[in-house]
Amino acid sequence: MSDMIEIRWHGRGGQGAKTASLLLADAAFNTGKYIQGFPEYGPERMGAPLTAYNRISSSPIRIHSNIYEPDYVVVVDDTLLESVDVTAGLKEDGAILINTTKGKDELDKLLKGYKGKVYTIDARKVSMETLGKYFPNTPMLAAIVKVSKIMNEEDFVKDMQESFKHKFAKKPEVIDGNMKALQLALNEVKEVN
Amino acid sequence: MGIRERLSGNEAAATAMKQINPDVVAAFPITPSTEIPQYFSTFVDNGQVDTEFVAVESEHSAMSACIGAEAAGARAMTATSANGLSLMWEMIYIASSLRLPIVMSLVNRAVSGPLNIHNDHSDAMGVRDSGWIQIFSETNQEAYDNLIMAHRIAENKDVLLPLMVCQDGFITSHSIENIELLEDEKVKEFVGEYHPAHYLLNKKEPIAIGPLDVQTYLFEHKYQQAEAMRNAKKVILEVAKDFEKMTGRKYDLFEKYKLDDAEIAIVCMNSTAGTTKEVVDALREKGIKAGLLKIRVYRPFPEEEVAKTLSHLNAVAVLDKAESLNGAGGALFTDVTSAMQVNGINVPTCGYVYGIGGRDTTTKEIESVYNDLIEDSKKDKIENPYRYLGLRK
Repeated sequence: MSDMIEIRWHGRGGQGAKTASLLLADAAFNTGKYIQGFPEYGPERMGAPLTAYNRISSSPIRIHSNIYEPDYVVVVDDTLLESVDVTAGLKEDGAILINTTKGKDELDKLLKGYKGKVYTIDARKVSMETLGKYFPNTPMLAAIVKVSKIMNEEDFVKDMQESFKHKFAKKPEVIDGNMKALQLALNEVKEVN
Repeated sequence: MGIRERLSGNEAAATAMKQINPDVVAAFPITPSTEIPQYFSTFVDNGQVDTEFVAVESEHSAMSACIGAEAAGARAMTATSANGLSLMWEMIYIASSLRLPIVMSLVNRAVSGPLNIHNDHSDAMGVRDSGWIQIFSETNQEAYDNLIMAHRIAENKDVLLPLMVCQDGFITSHSIENIELLEDEKVKEFVGEYHPAHYLLNKKEPIAIGPLDVQTYLFEHKYQQAEAMRNAKKVILEVAKDFEKMTGRKYDLFEKYKLDDAEIAIVCMNSTAGTTKEVVDALREKGIKAGLLKIRVYRPFPEEEVAKTLSHLNAVAVLDKAESLNGAGGALFTDVTSAMQVNGINVPTCGYVYGIGGRDTTTKEIESVYNDLIEDSKKDKIENPYRYLGLRK
């Protein structure tokens, strides 16, 4: 019926999962797509589990409910793997992307036999190397663009340069670091076999 | 034509207010409409509007300030949700009875208690008989468009009633989605300047507003309010026609989606209508003749039009996002069934209370309602008309 892609984000309050979902919506919007980006609001506080969603489609999006059978899941904090059923409803021809240093064996146990593709990235390493601080959202954003192929990488990088210029108009010194984080993340994300 | 943008429902409402550039905005923040006065106060600070922004200490004062401003001859707007509207309650009736065309952005949220900040329509339903025009919006686009049309309706000399534009809290207010904005100049021209016939600051015509109304007058004044509400239907359609000329976007009292040849249909309001359209399309692919009637204008209630439009159906389900706690079904259900009875239309109709306190409503649940209707159409009479959707038992 349509080419709609549905993405579910799992993070913790304060890590920027919501911001990352909004930035992804922005980037897809700029390639001419119809988009939705929305968080599921609970009792928000730093560190509490948080879910955010994206729908991306080339035709108008009318559905207004949460996403139960996502094409992709992004896990911004791997401590959630123990407490949240992150693969619930995740399509087997989709993929899960996790910010972690864990290897295949450990992840297999935590993902309860999920049969689809599993990708990982060490967003902490990327963030510390490029920004000097731990902001996982920029590397995770780049990684999901690469995994989901929702847009051309070159267009994405160009678009984010513009977004960051706008977003960080008052602190331009962080633009370079964020751009480096994007580039590094695009190289660092890998499929777990 | 138009400006392609992506905005949340709250950003869309605030943008419409910026382009309308009213004389006065008085508001007190409350989730999930907080961002509207927040963004708007930024526009004031940046000099993008010439509005007098009144940062009041409560919603009662917000509505009081809007009343004072409108009575003085200014164009006033506000935004609120749930308990904010509850605190305005006394002044809500004053605004409509003084015939002051204030425009409010109501971001629908459950009225406490217990405390819940999420979406349902209990706030709007609580003031459905207060003499305010109520227009509901499926999307950020509709929330924006309805606000742009609002003043022309409310300020019309045959209407002169306050108007609230509703949208679903969080579901549309906090979701970033595509939207087509109008150019500032076009909005300015469409909305026009406000020149009330009578106002307090007119020194050539000293008047009093809001004095005692005794036994010999109040009844007639209430009749005039009711007449104004009846007149509003025609004006809403006229304004929609002009809006369509400018934008190509067509609005009516309600939207029919694949309804003309449908055998079963859902009646609902706000964002659930979008989810329902998805289900209608999926059912149509399976050969099931499902349809949707989305109420846009809830007050005045287009009773005759709704009843006649539903008359050919085999079964109808009305979805209420507020539990009326009266033992006899939700407000929209009562309005629809009453309209059918009065217009001599006998279609088996049931009501579902759903989505209370932000309970998510899925395509599967909407599909289950259509499946119920298929069963209902086989019977002569609806059994258990008062139903629930998505309730855990």
